[in-house]
Amino acid sequence: MDVLTLSQLQFAATSIYHFFFVPLTLGLSVLVAIMETIYFRTGQESYKRMAKFWGTLFLINFAMGVVTGIVQEFQFGMNWAEYSRYVGDIFGAPLAIEALLAFFLESTFLGLWVFGWDKLSKGVHLLSIWLVAVGSNISALWILIANSWMQNPVGYTIEGSRAVMTDFWALIGNPHVWVQFPHTVLSGFTTGAFFVMGVSAYHLIRHKEVDFFRKSFQIAGIFGAISIFLVILAGHSQAQQMVRSQPMKMAAAEALVESENPASLSLFSIVDQNGKKETFSIRIPYLLSILSYNQPSGEVKGIVQLQKEFEAQYGPGNYVPSLFISYWSFRIMVGLGFLMMFLALYAVYLLIRNRPLRQSRLMAYFPFFIALPYLSNTSGWILTEVGRQPWVVYGLLKTADAYSPTVTSGMVLTSLILFILVYGALMFADIYLLVKYAKAGPASVGKPYPSGEIAGE
Amino acid sequence: MDLQTVWFILIAVLYIGYFLLDGFDLGVGIVLPFLGKDDLKRRVIINTIGPHWDGNEVWLITAGGATFAAFPGWYATLFSGFYLPLLLILLALIVRGVSFEFRSKDSNLKWRSFWDWAICVSSFIPALLWGVALANFVRGVPIDGNLWYAGGFWNLLNPYALVGGVTSLFALTLYGIVFLGLKTSDDLMVDSQNLAWKIWIPTIFIVVSFTIFSYFATDILSRLGINPGAVPIGAFLAMLVGGYFIYTRRSGWAFAMVALAILLTVATLFLTLYPRVLVSYPIPENSLTIYNTSSNNYTLKIMSIVALVFVPVVLAYQGWTYWVFRKRISSKSNNLHY
Repeated sequence: MDVLTLSQLQFAATSIYHFFFVPLTLGLSVLVAIMETIYFRTGQESYKRMAKFWGTLFLINFAMGVVTGIVQEFQFGMNWAEYSRYVGDIFGAPLAIEALLAFFLESTFLGLWVFGWDKLSKGVHLLSIWLVAVGSNISALWILIANSWMQNPVGYTIEGSRAVMTDFWALIGNPHVWVQFPHTVLSGFTTGAFFVMGVSAYHLIRHKEVDFFRKSFQIAGIFGAISIFLVILAGHSQAQQMVRSQPMKMAAAEALVESENPASLSLFSIVDQNGKKETFSIRIPYLLSILSYNQPSGEVKGIVQLQKEFEAQYGPGNYVPSLFISYWSFRIMVGLGFLMMFLALYAVYLLIRNRPLRQSRLMAYFPFFIALPYLSNTSGWILTEVGRQPWVVYGLLKTADAYSPTVTSGMVLTSLILFILVYGALMFADIYLLVKYAKAGPASVGKPYPSGEIAGE
Repeated sequence: MDLQTVWFILIAVLYIGYFLLDGFDLGVGIVLPFLGKDDLKRRVIINTIGPHWDGNEVWLITAGGATFAAFPGWYATLFSGFYLPLLLILLALIVRGVSFEFRSKDSNLKWRSFWDWAICVSSFIPALLWGVALANFVRGVPIDGNLWYAGGFWNLLNPYALVGGVTSLFALTLYGIVFLGLKTSDDLMVDSQNLAWKIWIPTIFIVVSFTIFSYFATDILSRLGINPGAVPIGAFLAMLVGGYFIYTRRSGWAFAMVALAILLTVATLFLTLYPRVLVSYPIPENSLTIYNTSSNNYTLKIMSIVALVFVPVVLAYQGWTYWVFRKRISSKSNNLHY
């Protein structure tokens, strides 16, 4: 395989892997902060225990998010050196700001939170976990400002062979940021909620620590229902933004071969990537126009027309991303999003009904529902990044022109294999610990082994 | 002073911050299995850096981000050129970070021993490779007319760079041991102070060798950026005085002197480089400088404002955490997290 393909595979593998951990960090930090806030205000020890238990799971996950994030900071230069030169003026700035504003904040105050239970006042301790949560979410904001610029470049001019920044505020005010950021962060909140609900359900159906886990389930259920509802709302705005800024991504995600007005929404389509024609399709008339423009008319451009427009503007080439990946990643993300909304609403309904939660048969499945947000989050990023191809910076720089000229395929193959081996092994260790602590319940907090003695103490 | 120079200084400060802070926790990681003779001692050792190591490492990440933002040409050429060594450093930092968090989460002694050795090896690799990288900065690497790295992997592993690697390995190990002498108590403190003296002797020998080697193996003296004057001499003196305090078991001063020596050494490096950021050898005209790799003035101006506002804030709260956790860690403590 060539350097380009290997570099793409490596970037996809390391980024998808990194984003297994990030959403839970975003959501669980806020949930732990909420629990400790209740402890602070009511003084009830059970909430302190709650913050500590969920905090332990948070820490195991957080460590993985941090270390895999280091790779993200460096691999642009390692594997995408042409890209780095081209966009450094613009893309580097939010990355540096992210480190300075967010990474220092979350890492430093997490250290204080972990070690500070006996050293800090209750208020300062509570402030520490809130600063961790704020830091994580600020981090998301700045990295999404950077990513949004790749999706929808603003505030720049081309000088020679480089893009240079002309308006910093345009970067921050990029409309793409303000749909992508809420969508991503709220997806993280949803992930945290489903995680807490799933682990709580595991204990509730076994009738263990019922009070503790019912309260946890309650906090997560309400938090999750609100979050997933807002995720879907933000996603709707994001799709409308996509129609405006990246019509090709929308056409690919909808398998819309020919332009339509009013446009129909695909329920199930099989499209031939090369021939660019539909083989089979079930579509709902009007719906795509309604979703795109909030009215039953309006043209949504199809792949064939967009390809012609791109060729006229940028010269010959293939401007169609993988239809199979774009189409199905979109459907998995949206489908699971709605499923999660119904599940979260059902959880709230169970809480309002005010009977023992384990009476519901569905509770037995909530531990498995933890997988849903992960699948959905990953699909969302795959659509975002694959749907932008062949561009790395939309309309400005192609991925094929962005990789490092001095790095050989042997080097990238080496690093890809090493990443897969190390990441794979760490994934096992991480899941082993998460499952162990999650199953052991709050009695295990602060102990290295749930039921046994602590060696050396 | 132009903005490029401001950013050169800022990035130098970030790297100095990284070596000053993460430097000692790398050293602590290296000696963990040796000074930590039983599980409890190992836990105490890890807990001395527990609240800090992650925040310390952020200095490196920020330095990387700042390099990208201010000198994208440097970031692109350096990171793609030093691909394999950087990969090893990254993998080490990944393993290291999770090892701290995972090792005490299971009481199985094999599990713990595995992660302890993982901490040791993954601290060893960056401590060695940073020296290799920095020595190559000074010596110069092959760079072509388009300012891309033109050498291979083995160019980076030349004898001079390897001696540089051994130097940084010893210096950071010593720094870590001295830190433990300051932060532990009882047996562990005594053991650390004894070991510090045993490591100081070869360290000073290697530092002298490296200095002499620099004189013969590189033409650094003939193409100084800014004459560092007394700065490297100060570094050497600090190391000597540090030895005296190590010998007399005055942990605080010993730590301060080794830290000062490291600070002045990294400062010397950046002074001799200025205004270059990566020296080209054997064709000096292809050197990367702060002018041929920098972002435009607008970006630099924005970033300067951000840095001037937030770097002091970061310093304040990070400094405060060291104040909160200023006490020596005792094995009798019931607040061992790791």
